[in-house]
Order: sequence, then C-alpha cells, then structure tokens
Amino acid sequence: MNRTKGDEEEYWNSSKFKAFTFDDEDDELSQLKESKRAVNSLRDFVDDDDDDDLERVSWSGEPVGSISWSIKETAGSSGSNQEGREQFKSRNSFSSYAQLPKPASTYSLSSFFRGRTRPGSFQSLSDALSDTPAKSYAPELGRPKGEYRDYSNDWSPSDTVRRLRKGKVCSLERFRSLQDKLQLLEEAVSMHDGNVITAVLIFLKRTLSKEILFRELEVRQVALRHLIHFLKEIGDQKLLLDLFRFLDRTEELALSHYREHLNIQDPEKRKEFLKTCIGLPFSAEDSVHIQDHYTLLERQIIIEANDRHLESAGQTEIFRKHPRKASILNMPLVTTLFYSCFYHYTEAEGTFSSPVNLKKTFKIPDKQYVLTALAARAKLRAWHDVDALFTTKNWLGYTKKKAPIGFHRVVEILHKNSAPVQILQEYVNLVEDVDTKLNLATKFKCHDVVIDTCRDLKDRQQLLAYRSKVDKGSAEEEKIDAILNSSQIRWKN
Amino acid sequence: MAFPHRLDAPELPDFSMLKRLARDQLIYLLEQLPGKKDLFIEADLMSPLDRIANVSILKQHEVDKLYKVENKPAISSSEQLCFLVRPRIKNMRYVASLVNADKSAGRTRKYKVIFSPQKFHACEMVLEEEGVYGDVSCDEWAFSLLPLDVDLLSMELPEFFRDYFLMSYELWRTLEEEEDCETKGRRPEVGHIFLLDRDVDFVTALCSQVVYEGLVDDTFRIKCGSVDFGPEVTSSDRSLKVLLNAEDKVFHEIRNEHFSNVFGFLSQKARNLQAQYDRRRGMDIKQMKNFVSQELKGLKQEHRLLSVHIGACESIMKKKTKQDFQELIKTEHALLEGFNIRESTSYIEEHIDRQVSPIESLRLMCLLSITENGLIPKDYRSLKTQYLQSYGPEHLLTFSNLRRAGLLTEQAPGDTLTAVESKVSKLVTDKAAGKITDAFSSLAKRSNFRAISKKLNLIPRVDGEYDLKVPRDMAYVFSGAYVPLSCRIIEQVLERRSWQGLDEVLRLLNCSELAFTDMAKDDKASSECLRLVFVVFLGGCTFSEISALRFLGREKGFRFIFLTTAVTNSARLMEAMSEVKA
Repeated sequence: MNRTKGDEEEYWNSSKFKAFTFDDEDDELSQLKESKRAVNSLRDFVDDDDDDDLERVSWSGEPVGSISWSIKETAGSSGSNQEGREQFKSRNSFSSYAQLPKPASTYSLSSFFRGRTRPGSFQSLSDALSDTPAKSYAPELGRPKGEYRDYSNDWSPSDTVRRLRKGKVCSLERFRSLQDKLQLLEEAVSMHDGNVITAVLIFLKRTLSKEILFRELEVRQVALRHLIHFLKEIGDQKLLLDLFRFLDRTEELALSHYREHLNIQDPEKRKEFLKTCIGLPFSAEDSVHIQDHYTLLERQIIIEANDRHLESAGQTEIFRKHPRKASILNMPLVTTLFYSCFYHYTEAEGTFSSPVNLKKTFKIPDKQYVLTALAARAKLRAWHDVDALFTTKNWLGYTKKKAPIGFHRVVEILHKNSAPVQILQEYVNLVEDVDTKLNLATKFKCHDVVIDTCRDLKDRQQLLAYRSKVDKGSAEEEKIDAILNSSQIRWKN
Repeated sequence: MAFPHRLDAPELPDFSMLKRLARDQLIYLLEQLPGKKDLFIEADLMSPLDRIANVSILKQHEVDKLYKVENKPAISSSEQLCFLVRPRIKNMRYVASLVNADKSAGRTRKYKVIFSPQKFHACEMVLEEEGVYGDVSCDEWAFSLLPLDVDLLSMELPEFFRDYFLMSYELWRTLEEEEDCETKGRRPEVGHIFLLDRDVDFVTALCSQVVYEGLVDDTFRIKCGSVDFGPEVTSSDRSLKVLLNAEDKVFHEIRNEHFSNVFGFLSQKARNLQAQYDRRRGMDIKQMKNFVSQELKGLKQEHRLLSVHIGACESIMKKKTKQDFQELIKTEHALLEGFNIRESTSYIEEHIDRQVSPIESLRLMCLLSITENGLIPKDYRSLKTQYLQSYGPEHLLTFSNLRRAGLLTEQAPGDTLTAVESKVSKLVTDKAAGKITDAFSSLAKRSNFRAISKKLNLIPRVDGEYDLKVPRDMAYVFSGAYVPLSCRIIEQVLERRSWQGLDEVLRLLNCSELAFTDMAKDDKASSECLRLVFVVFLGGCTFSEISALRFLGREKGFRFIFLTTAVTNSARLMEAMSEVKA
C-alpha cells in the first residue's frame, strides 16, 4: 500500500477510530459508572431476600451441575489434593449451583431405548436422529463395544481396516508377509482415520525390524507423520531419534533431543545435558542459542550458589533489605540481567554476576540493557544510577542525556516505579515530541513542564485550562498567574 | 442493538436433543457397572460434563465420589472405579498404574474406562503393555458435539489445532460420518456446508477482539460457554460462574456489539430498570401485589444480569487501559493494512524487551509474519534472539513449531521464490503456472495475505467515520478496520452461489485441492433451508467470526449454525504452539 506520510497522519487523525478509546477519563466510562451506581442503588430494594443470587435462576432452563465442585470436595476430604483444591479455590461453584432444583428430564432413559416415543416434540433435526437410535444405537448400546471379539481369520486387508475403524478388536497377526502388511497400511491411510493408521503402525512396529519399517515409511509420508506423532505421544524417544537419524532429518533430531532437557529438574544434570546438545546439527543460528542456553545455566548455578550463601550469612545489605523471592535458576536471560542489575550492579566486569559481564557474554543489545537496568535501578529508587545510565560526555566534557529508547518509555518505567515528580519532570522534559511531552506531563502531574511548555507554545487557552486543574493557592497557580500576567509574552490565542 | 432476524429467516434446529442423548448414554454406561462406584474424570472433560449432567444425576446412578484424573495416586476405598477420559496415552498410564498398585497390594476391584468420544487402539496397546488388559473394561461415550448455544456446537477438542496443524494427525472420522448422515437420501435441511481449516485464515484468529463476547473471552476466558467472573467483576469477595448464552437476555443483546456500544446500552437498560422499579411508588395494595407476583422476579433477574455485565465492562476497561490497548490496536491495524511496517516491528521489539506477556509478543510476531509473507531474515533473527532472551531459551522449540505450522516464517533470502514463479508463469499457461505455484507454496507455505486482502477487499475504504453503532459490514467486529477473511469467503460464496470467480483467491489461499460438492441442485430443497448455513471450523473459531457471520445472517436472511472443534482466540492458538506451558 503506497500511502504517503501525510495520508497516514490524516488517516489516523480521522475520526474513524475515535469512536472507541480506552482513555481513563472517558465519557463512556463515567456513563458506565453512573449506570453502576444506579444499579447498585437498587440493591437495597432487591436484596430483601438475599441469597437469592444470580446462581439460582435457571438461565438456560437447564440447570448445570456442580461436578467440578464435587470433585473439589472429594479432593478436600481425602486430604491429599492440595493442588486440586488450589485450582478450584476461586471457582466457588458450590454457592453457584448447589441449590439448583433437579432437572425434570422429559426424556426418560427407557423411552429413549424404545426409539421414538414423543414424536410431537421432535424438531426437524431430531427427526433425523430418531431413525438412527432406533436402528443402530440400541444394539450398539446393548453390549459394550469392548466386548466385541472377532475370531475370524479371513478378513481381507480392507475388511480388517473397516472393522478397526468401527473400534472393533481385530487380530492382525495373520498379516505376516511384508506385502500384506503394506497393503494393510495403505488401506488404513486411504481411510483418513488416524486411529486406524496408528493401530496398523503399532502392529508394524512390533513385527518389522526398525530398518524395514523406516524404509517403507519413508515413501509413505502420511503414515510416517502418524508414526512420529505416536512415538512422541508414548514418549519413545529412542526410536524417534533413530527414525530422524534414518530420515536424515538432522534438525528435527537435534530439536527432539534438546526438548528432553525440559524433563530434567536437577540444575546440574540439566546443565550437563545441555552440554551434550551443543554439538548437535542445529541450524547455525540455533547453535548459538543452544550454546547461550548452556552458558546461561552454568552462570546461574554459580550465581545462585554464591548468593544463597551471601543471603544466609546475612552480612550483605542488599540481601537483607530485599530478600530474594525466588531462585534465579532457569530464568530467562533478561530476568537474570534484571537480577544482576538489582543485586550486583556495581560489580566489576570480571565477576560472572556483574551486569556488564552478562551484557558482553550474551551480546545483549544496548536497548535491552538500558531498559532492564533502568527498571532494576528504578525499583531500588537509585535515581543517581538512573541518571548515570543516560548521561554521556562528549570530548569537550559537556554532558548530555541520551537514551537508546524513547524518553517517553523512560518516563513510563520511572512512573511505574513511583519516581518522585522532580525526577519524572527531568525526563518528561527530554521527550522530543511536544504533544507527547504535554500529555505525559499532564498525566503524571509534572506541573512545571506543562506550564513551561504552554508558555513556550504561547498557548494561553491551554494554560488557562490547566489553571483550573491545579490546586487553589498552590505555587503552580501562582506561577501560572505570573505568566498569564506577563506582558512579555505574545500569546497566540 | 440485537437486530431482529428477517421474517423469512429459517428456524434453527433444536440442538438440545444432543445434550439429552449424551446424558442418557452416559447414564446407560454408568449403569453398566452396577452398584456404588467412584468416578475419575479427566480435567478437560469436566466443563463439558457440567453442561449436560450434574452431581445429582451421577449420584442417582450410584456414583459415590468424584475425582480428577491427575498424576497422583488416588485414595479411593470403593470397590469399583470408573474413569471418564479422553483417549490419551497418559490417561492410560494413569489407569494402569492404579490397577498395578492394587495388584501388588493384593487388592481386587472392578475397573471401567469410558472413552469420550471414542476409544483409540493406541490406548488399548498401552493397557496391554502394562499388563492390565482384561482387568479393565472399556467403553465409549460418543459425546462429540456439545451445544454451547442455540447456534453453536463445539466438539471441545482444543488440542485438535495442535495435533492437526502441527502434527498433521488425521482426525476425519467424526466429520465424515456426519456427512454420511447428511446425505442419506433425506430431504436436505441445510442449504450449505462450509468446512474451513483454521490455517486458511490465521490472521482473523490472531487479532485482538473488540466485540463484547470476544472481548470477554480474551479477558476472562470463556470455558465451555461459561465464565468465571472474579471479585474484580462481582465487587464482592467471591467469584461468580456465569453461563453466557442466548438465555441471558442482557448478554444476548450485547454479545455481538462493538465494545464501544455496550456502555450506552447498559446505561439505557439501567435507566429503564430504575424507572420500572420507581413505578411501585404510589401503587395501591392490589397493584403492588400484582407487581410483586408478576414483574418483580423478572426485574430482579435483569438487575442481576445488568450488574454482572457492568462489572465485567468496568474490569475490561481497567485492564485494557493499563496495557495500552489503544496503541496495540493501532499496531494491529497498521499490520493489517500493511503500512508502517518498521514502526510496528519496533513496537513488537519493545514489547519483547519489556517482557510484556510472552503470548502477546508471539501473537504480534505471527501477525506480522503472516501479513508480510514472512519476516525478513534480519528481523526474524533479531526478534527471535530477543524473544529467547526475554522469555527463555527453551522457546527455541516454540519457534520451530510456529515455523512448521506456517505461523511465523522467514522470507526466503531475496525472495527468489517470487522471481522464479513469475518467470515460470510467463513461459507456461496460467493453469500450469498455478500448479507450479502450488508446488512452490507447499515448499514454503506463503500466506499471500496482502494479495488476498486486495482481491477480497478486506480493508474497507471508509470516508469519514465508520459508525460502529450502525455497522455497514462485517468489518465492524474489528472496529471497521478489517473484514475477517474466513467470513468474507463464506459471504462471497453465498452471494455467488458458487465458487465461480474465486479461482484466483483459492490459488492464493493455497487451496489446490478444494473439495466442492454442489448439493444445492436438489430442487426439493426449499428456499428456506437453502438459507440455513452450516459452518464447520477445523482448528477452532473465534467469537468475532461468529459475531460477523451472525451480522451477515441478519443482513441477508441467512441463519448460520457453527460447529467448531473448539472456540478459540489468539492466546489459545499461541499457547497450543508454545512448548513451555504456562
């Protein structure tokens, strides 16, 4: 789409999307709040016979049971299902459903088996269904499917596959020649039923040597995909890796092997395992990531041991003031960097736990580094460090504030960490775009910035409007008045 | 609000029958194990089961205690254990370990496994391998379609998406059988059936939803047609489970509305309600009696519904304001339209760097990739590296999944593919060129979104304001910025009464093997049933798509019935692809 810049701006400024904004002080929200108040005020009248909550009303006409609740109860009484209870804690479905009346099923079980009993009540679709149950449901239900046994040995491959498809137990043992086996497989594949294909594959896997099985599947892609899926499901990692090796799918082989690390809990063992992944045939790009993963965990283990020791010794101020909430093991790199900026900011590059060392080792981009360091130092309210993060000196010794991320982001992060107005103000002032600057300053109540910006814009109206927002008799009001009364400014409005 | 359907719109079939069938069959199966028994239910089946049966029904059929199937030894003293599970290997291992533990403790009980919706041969294999085949009886509970609403049926198989689009597992059985029924020489009741693979249109599913029902799903996760509203919505200390369907009169009127309209509607409702309550002032005894016996109940219910939805709106507003939704939507729209790509890319980058939700970041990357036919290699590398650094190196596996599913890909260097393609097309006839392109497409699944968007006019040209209160087309579900591709295709086919003239679109969609059967030729089919349209989404559909098609239905006099493997949204899609479960 070839839009010019002008077009785009016009586009975004057009009213098309203005119908829907998520601004805080939106009209619609206040409208909503109003409605809420109205509805709430009715409560006194409505709640005369309380308990009569939403829940008891049968919304669907067909009440819903509290099966999940009941399970929670069993879990609770057996006393061992702490986790399950956690899961259900918030559901509170007891209150929701327990008092529901029993549904009056108009459709009794016995009438169901007689086929059609209440023809009058059937809608068009049920018409369709009423045939089927009468003919096939009843006999099917008469005996559980599992009890169907088939002792005949003369089924052809296609008959066999058809029976398998119906979920019937069916012996495949008579298919002994390779040709028969493959014919069986082809029949199954042509049926497009994963369940049947898998059933045949299970048989082939058991009765064919690995090499033959792989060889035959290599030219039968659908079946091959099913075998891969099946091996993943049952967790036969060894055969899966053999298969990938045979197929020369080196990348999948490598990824599949790497995936296993997720099942290793012990950090040392996991690290050792990751080491075995390093030489695997990943793409060039992924090889670097694997190497980094290993290095990261290696570092984390060192840092963790060290810091746990420091923390328990109780000699280090930072750990006393801000006890660690969780172990750093297996955390992402950025989290590790945050941690290191939080606890080890001033350390020399030589130590593994220093931020600078992490930055260098993992080639963390400036942007990412600054964002993370900023968040960590702001959290500690170390405003001096924040300042230093953005201060650069040129060769003449002048200092200047520079950031690889927009200063509006800096302001947001500072605000999130409840930086004082003086600090915020400084960074709001560094925002280049005047509109953004004004917005941010207004949002975060940096009065001086708003006032000065209005003055610089010679926007008397906006300044007047802002006057009504500041506290009466405050220094801000005085300042505004002084500016408004100044004869030096040529207002544009 | 909630425009009525055209008078000649066909009636929907009554699907509640399916619930009764499922319930009765379950009861039958439970009775197959006479006497007291404990029932173990797989977590994924609990919500669907809640929709069709309740504890008292289970108790009536001698179910004593209920347990969740989880990876823990069960403490059950019952002599009979019944398991209600999906046919999964891990469930079989669980059952087997239980049986084997009993065996070594010298205990004998009866065990029964009920598979829903069907038993897999692989499951029996596990039972056999673990030496418990024969100790356990197996049965099937053919509960495959759950009516979530009057026009929505769900198979409740969210894992279908991953199995089918990532693993290419064939799961056609159920659908094929259904089609068998459909053609059994009866008078057709449905005029059109569409079967849509989710990978035809990933874009729509990846967008942030802004119609009420979709937004509720994105924010609170609707599970099996019901949602848990936490204390932030109920403004009390407990949460509330609420069924969301056409029975909820308030919800029914706002579910398909753009979120910005919902406030106005709720305020109006609140005012009306107030007025109706106020009427009781100045009533005499008799009038009061009438009021209490006839109107009060309805008013009270409406009052409850109103406060729930007002609470939900408030909570949504709070959350969205906090996460800078406006900026997010702006980026999404820019991606859909295909301009300011650099700006969007750096927005995504910052998202990742600030460790904002991993699922959101992934979603935006996928949206960028599909709309742009893959990321340029430099961006791909740098975004991937930063993603791994922010959210963990193991997501390497997630990226491999996404690449295989075609959700997040890298452009071929120098886009050689296109070059070869265009040369080829000059040399051979169009048809052959199409075939060759298909061959290339299968090599590198290209989304061609930009071209499709142009062909189908997915980005409406709007002069002035798009009035979200009076939507003019399906684009309203995305604030007027984008017509959902999946819905547009359906609209086009219904309008043309065939696929004619859509060849180019189909080629771009990589639908080389389009199965199209024209069943509408049957003149016995009344014009009414011709306008009953069945839409099947394989791999999940979103509430936005449902809303859009409901809108189309109201405009053109169609009634849509939706069948989906599960209701989905962007977060669910991304989680299905993610290797590291949250």
